[in-house]
Amino acid sequence: MSQESSARETGGSDGVQATPESFLRRYVFSLDHKVIGIQYALTAFLFLLLGFSLVLVLRWQLAYPDEPVPVLGGLLGEERVTEDGAILPEFYNQLGAMHGTIMVFLAIVPLVVGAFGNYLIPLMIGAPDMAFPKLNMASYWTYAAGGLVMLASFFVPGGAANSGWTSYPPLANIATEGQTYWLFGMLMMIISSLLGSVNAIVTIVQLRAPGMTLDRLPFFIWAQLVTAFLLLLAFPPLQTAAVLQMMDRLLDTSFFMPSGLVVNGEVMANSGGGTPLLWQHLFWFLAHPEVYVLILPAFGIVAEIIANNTRRPLWGYRSMVAATLAIGVLAFIVWAHHMFLTGMGTVISAFFQTTTMIISIPSVVILTCLFLSLWGGAIRFTVPMLFALAFLPMFGIGGLTGLPLGLAAADIYLHDTYYVIGHFHYVVAPGTIFAIFAGVYYWFPKVTGRKLSTVLGHLHFWPSLIFMNGIFLPMFKMGMAGVSRRLFDGGRQYDFGEGVAGLNVAMSHSAWALAAVQVFFVVNLVWSLARGRRVGDNPWQATTLEWSAPSPPIPHGNFAREVRVERGPYEYSAPGADQDYLSQADAAQVAEATGS
Amino acid sequence: MEIPYTTAERPDTGLTNGRFGIWLFLASEVMFFGGLFSSYLLLRLGATDWPRGADRLDVVLGAVNSLLLVLSSITILAAWGALRDGGGLAKARRLLGATIVLGVVFVAIKANEWQHKLEEGIRPATDMFYALYFTMTGLHLIHLLAGLAVLGYLAGPGAALFRRSPKQYTQRVEITGIYWHFVDLVWIVLFPTLYLT
Ligand code: HEM
Ligand SMILES: [Cu+2]
Repeated sequence: MSQESSARETGGSDGVQATPESFLRRYVFSLDHKVIGIQYALTAFLFLLLGFSLVLVLRWQLAYPDEPVPVLGGLLGEERVTEDGAILPEFYNQLGAMHGTIMVFLAIVPLVVGAFGNYLIPLMIGAPDMAFPKLNMASYWTYAAGGLVMLASFFVPGGAANSGWTSYPPLANIATEGQTYWLFGMLMMIISSLLGSVNAIVTIVQLRAPGMTLDRLPFFIWAQLVTAFLLLLAFPPLQTAAVLQMMDRLLDTSFFMPSGLVVNGEVMANSGGGTPLLWQHLFWFLAHPEVYVLILPAFGIVAEIIANNTRRPLWGYRSMVAATLAIGVLAFIVWAHHMFLTGMGTVISAFFQTTTMIISIPSVVILTCLFLSLWGGAIRFTVPMLFALAFLPMFGIGGLTGLPLGLAAADIYLHDTYYVIGHFHYVVAPGTIFAIFAGVYYWFPKVTGRKLSTVLGHLHFWPSLIFMNGIFLPMFKMGMAGVSRRLFDGGRQYDFGEGVAGLNVAMSHSAWALAAVQVFFVVNLVWSLARGRRVGDNPWQATTLEWSAPSPPIPHGNFAREVRVERGPYEYSAPGADQDYLSQADAAQVAEATGS
Repeated sequence: MEIPYTTAERPDTGLTNGRFGIWLFLASEVMFFGGLFSSYLLLRLGATDWPRGADRLDVVLGAVNSLLLVLSSITILAAWGALRDGGGLAKARRLLGATIVLGVVFVAIKANEWQHKLEEGIRPATDMFYALYFTMTGLHLIHLLAGLAVLGYLAGPGAALFRRSPKQYTQRVEITGIYWHFVDLVWIVLFPTLYLT
């Protein structure tokens, strides 16, 4: 069914107002969750590209220290590069700090929550929109404004923030102006995610279609629900922290400044009496839950795709939901495993070490259920499924390498080395980012009515898999050799670093190659948008509700008629049924949506 | 298109979207001020000595301000009650107006306190006590001002909604009231923390 005909039908059937919307209302200040979701997606993909580009420059310095950067070297200006175009240490620090900040707060979270959550939550629960469309719009625009502030910071004197994405004081307190921009940007991001999370929770709880009981919610929705609670409750303490750091920087208070701090050989004039550890506690109280914000929605995406492509119900759906809820609670009591080296005493270390070991159990439960879901399935190796399948072992590596970090004794050695960088990148890069790609390939037909090219998809997937590992696997070796993170020369100044420094060359080339093969993805998006094969409303023969809406779903309202939910989310290969899947929606809805 | 359960309660949850939303928002506010009070505790416990609040701040003004906020919580509750029991818009607007006046007096007293400190040359940077004093009362003040802005809207232009949908207007007053109580509550904790101990 074409979009026009379905829109006309609803216009007639339940009186949806047909007044044409102005261009601004429709595409810019839209209140439709689908448009807002796409706005989030486009903006966040641009930030993903920017965050990636920063690190592509940074990796030049790691592979070829102090050599002029090709092409860019001449363009970056004397504040950033030497006369012949080699990266200055100050700029190196900006690249690293802003890479982390942009990737976590401006790219990945907005993608998995702002884009996927916004677009799919109402569709998957059979709702006409999010509960608060205006808040939804405000949330996007606050995010966009926060992003602009972060971008602007590159052009202020001294450049962007350069104290790491963790912004530890006292360093961040005395850093250049860019840090103030960073704090302003973060405050906006936090407000944005606050509005978004309230919206998501209320929508999921209140706007479920009749019959969509809790045990019929797709796993994706459970993942989004817990994620929203994490954002809601973990972010505010960072807001507190950002305000305090702002006070320190702008009004010379000493919340994070110890008495008698010596900087550049001079005692700071502050009144003192503060402690940098306070920042670390407030920061990690957010930032550990934040890592689950990065991974839970990825689990959700992958779970949907696996159920669909194995043509079987998820193995252990209830255990997965229980595990997700457990993570949601435990995520709040593990934060100080990032602080084992701050001298916090063995009793407290033992506590956080124990909680960390406990929280790895639900993660393993989810991963195991997903693996077992594959068992005996007639797997369809579609492009989204390839990315979803690759996600499993990649996240597995990321998660397992986290265990030694959670044990205080091992962490004393590994802390702040490249091993940690390897650990969390396995979780977020070939982990979450692969889940995002999987999701894009899977839901693109719903958004556009067209399928992405399979050939280009393969050209995108296989090299990405190889180069991702080419970048991150060597990091474990470097870290175990003792190389610290955030070093301008990649560790060459130390004897133990020299032996592994050569790995940097292969890693950097992997990174650049990874960038190159993303061209297949971009070309695929653009080409398929115009020329991709037109497919029906349910090309994957999927069960969940979004597939019983037209492709694309009707603006402001989604479904042609009120949805009634008849069964659970994963009725694949149900015995006795005459096709291998049964939609969650009732028969009338399905018939209407498919135009039969 | 209509969003379901904007004014009606969803039968199985017993909630309207707005009422649920404000409680979630307040949960995040609890975490925000929770972070702030935890910081206060950590910094104070780590300090070698700490001044007595009563020696530095004007307890009488603080107490008067507490009283004002408690009264304003009562007036806003009465405004909502009037709407709910069919007491009419005029009565509700008078009560909202009273709430606003009480809030504005609070702000005036607070501003006066700050001004005195600043005239004495006291700044947030003076020491940790004043750093916390200015930051915590300042953040509370921002919340209060936001509340006043919403109240001004509800008592003024926003009241037009009453004619179209009394139910929705009543709910807006209720939700604002819940928020206002929270801001009041924060002050009730803040006052003894800063002024009395
Ligand atoms: C599954 C069990 C996991 C365990 C036991 C674990 C444990 C740890 C520990 C103890 C650290 C601190 C290491 C150090 O700084 O010395 C760490 C760092 C980190 N982890 Fe995990 N982790 C797990 C999963 C995840 C997940 C799912 C993510 C999601 C993205 C993640 C992202 C990160 C990040 C971003 C850091 C680096 C923080 C920094 O910059 O210092 N981890 N992990
Ligand atoms: Cu952690």
